[in-house]
Amino acid sequence: MKIWVPGDAAAKACGADAVAAAIASAAGLRGQEVTVIRNGTRGMVWLEPLVEIEVDGARHGFGPMTPEDVPALFEEFPHPKALGPVEEIPFFARQTRLTFARCGRSDPLSLADYEAAEGWQGLRRTLEIGAGATIEEITASGLRGRGGAGFPTGIKWKTVADAEAAQKYIVCNADEGDSGSFADRMLMEGDPFCLIEGMAIAALAAGATKGFVYIRSEYPDAIRVMRSAIAAAADAGIIGPALLGQGPRFDLEVRVGAGAYICGEETSLLNSLEGKRGMVRAKPPLPALEGAFGMPTVVNNVLSLAAVPWILTHGGTAYAAFGLGRSRGTIPIQIAGNVKQGGLFEAGFGMSLGDIVEGIGGGTASGKPVKAVQVGGPLGAYFSPEQFDLPFGYEELADAQGLLGHAGLTVFDESADMLALARYAMEFCAIESCGKCTPCRIGAVRGMETLDRVAAGDEQAIALLQDLCEIMEKGSLCAMGGFTPYPVRSAIRLFPDEFTPMREAAE
Amino acid sequence: MNTNDRLAEILALHRGREGALLPILHDVQAAFGHVPEAVYQPIADALRLGRAEVAGVVSFYHDFRDAPTGRHVIKLCRAEACQSMGGADMIARLETALGMKLGETKGDVTLEAVFCLGLCACAPAAEVDGQLVGRASAARLEAMIAEVSA
Repeated sequence: MKIWVPGDAAAKACGADAVAAAIASAAGLRGQEVTVIRNGTRGMVWLEPLVEIEVDGARHGFGPMTPEDVPALFEEFPHPKALGPVEEIPFFARQTRLTFARCGRSDPLSLADYEAAEGWQGLRRTLEIGAGATIEEITASGLRGRGGAGFPTGIKWKTVADAEAAQKYIVCNADEGDSGSFADRMLMEGDPFCLIEGMAIAALAAGATKGFVYIRSEYPDAIRVMRSAIAAAADAGIIGPALLGQGPRFDLEVRVGAGAYICGEETSLLNSLEGKRGMVRAKPPLPALEGAFGMPTVVNNVLSLAAVPWILTHGGTAYAAFGLGRSRGTIPIQIAGNVKQGGLFEAGFGMSLGDIVEGIGGGTASGKPVKAVQVGGPLGAYFSPEQFDLPFGYEELADAQGLLGHAGLTVFDESADMLALARYAMEFCAIESCGKCTPCRIGAVRGMETLDRVAAGDEQAIALLQDLCEIMEKGSLCAMGGFTPYPVRSAIRLFPDEFTPMREAAE
Repeated sequence: MNTNDRLAEILALHRGREGALLPILHDVQAAFGHVPEAVYQPIADALRLGRAEVAGVVSFYHDFRDAPTGRHVIKLCRAEACQSMGGADMIARLETALGMKLGETKGDVTLEAVFCLGLCACAPAAEVDGQLVGRASAARLEAMIAEVSA
C-alpha cells in the first residue's frame, strides 16, 4: 500500500510529519506493508496535511489529517476525513495546471518520476531546435516575467543571447519575500527538476554556462530540496559538463539570501550574489548586458523559468492559447490570508477577482464579509469587493491603479484596520529599504510619522501624506519606494473614513 | 577547535568561489552562532576586500547577528497575510505571556519578527527552533516554547 504525505513546508507547518509518523507506526502495529511517499503539495493548503491513498487506480484524499485520524485510515470506511478522488476536488479540477502539472503527484526528488511525467522533454527539444528557435518559442508563448514586472521573457533572453561575452549567467530569482506569495517555494519543494530544466533551457538559449538559484534564507526546505535536486541532476549527467550528455556545459548552484526583502529586486539580488550589500543599481545598464559579475545575465523569477519546459514541450502557441489580452498563458494564483480555501490555483489569466476570492477561495475563513484584498504583495494595492469584476491580468490591474505582482492575494475580513495596514506598508519599507535613494529611505520613515499624525487626528496630515506618496512613486529608484504608496493610497481611496480625523474621539 | 582554525577552514572551503562573501558569512554564523567582529579582517584579507566592506555587508543583512541568540529562537511573522488572521494580536499576547518584546532575548529564549515564511495560506505562522508552525495561536506557541525550553 502506498500512502502520500506531503513534505511541503506548509504541510509540515500543519503537522504532516506527525501524521507521517503515525501512519508508519499504525502500519507497523497491523503488520501492514506501507510505503510512505513524501510528495509535494497539491496546493490545497486548507486541507493540509492532505494524505492520499490509491484506490482502484485513483488517488483518494483525506484531510486535514491529524495523527488521531490515522488509525481509521486502516479501519473505517468511509473515513471521516475522506475527500474522494483528489483530482476531482473542485478547487483542483477547475485549474489549468501547466507549470504545476507535476507538483504534488510524486516524490519531488525522484528522477524516474520526473522523466515519466514529460521530464526533460523541453530540454531535449531545445537541444534539437537550437537557441534561436527556442527563443522564438518563448516569444510566441507571450510569457512575461512572473516576478511582477511582466517583462517579455523572449526579449530578455534574446538580449542576452545577442550579447558578446566570455561568460554569461542565468540567475533564478527565488527571493520570494512578498506576503501572500508561496508559489516559488511550493514549486521548488514540489517539482525542483522543473526549475532546473527551465534554467537549462534558458542557458542553452542565451549561451550561458553557469546558473545560480538565489533562494531566501527563510525557505530552508526549498534550499534543501533544490540542493539535493541539483546534485541528483548532476550525478545523472543531466547538468554539468554536457547537458543531457550531449549539449554544452551548464553548472548550477544554490545561493542563500540573508533576510533582506530588497534582494528580490533584480539588481539588488545581483549585488548580493556578488557578495555585496544588497543595494539597488541604477538601470541602464540592464542586467541582460551587465548583470552578475558585470556579465550578460538572464534574471528570471522561479515561475517564469518553471513555465519554460511546458512551453518547449507543447509549443509557444499552445501556451499563448490561454489567457487574456496581453497576459498570455497561465498564472499560479496564490490565495492567502483570511480565506476559507487558501492555496495555489493555476489558471489562464482573466478570471475575475471576485471569482478568485469568493468562488475559488470560498470567502473569508472567519465567515465575516470580505473587506479588502491586497493583490501583489506588500507593494500591491488593496481592492474592495466593489472591484471584484476586475479581470486578473497585468494591464487590467495596472489600469485599476494596482499591480499583479507575483500573483498573491491576501484576503482581509471586516476587522481589518486600514490605517494600521497603511502604516505597516510604510514601516515595512523603512525596515527593508536598501537606503540608496532618498524618497524611499527617508520617505518611508516620514510616511510612518505622517500616518501617526493622521491617526492622532491631524487634519493637514492626509494632504502631506499624498504629496509624500507622489514623491516616493515618481522619485524612487526601484519598486520598493515606488510602489509602497500603492497599498497606502488605495487604502485611503477605498476607505476614506478610516483616515479622517476622529472628532468624536477627540472630544 | 579554536576560532581561527575554524575560520581558516571555512575560508579554505570557499577559496576561488565567485561572490564568496555571503556563503562565508552564513558558514561563520552557523559555526559561531553570530558573526564576531574578529572575523572581519581575516575575511577581508582572504577576499582582498577592505574591512569596512565586510562590516558593511554584515550590517546590511538582517540575518547576520553581532551577538549569539538564546538557545531557543522563536520567529513570529508580522507580514500582511498573518495580520489578516490576527497575527498582530497573537504577537501581543505572546509578548505579554513571555514578558518580552520582539527582538529581545530573555534567558534561553529569543523572540524575533520575521517577514513571511511562505505559509500565507495557513496563517498566522511562526517558527519555533526551526520547526514551522501554521495556523498558530498564542496558546499553542506558549505550550511549544514551554516544551522546548523545559
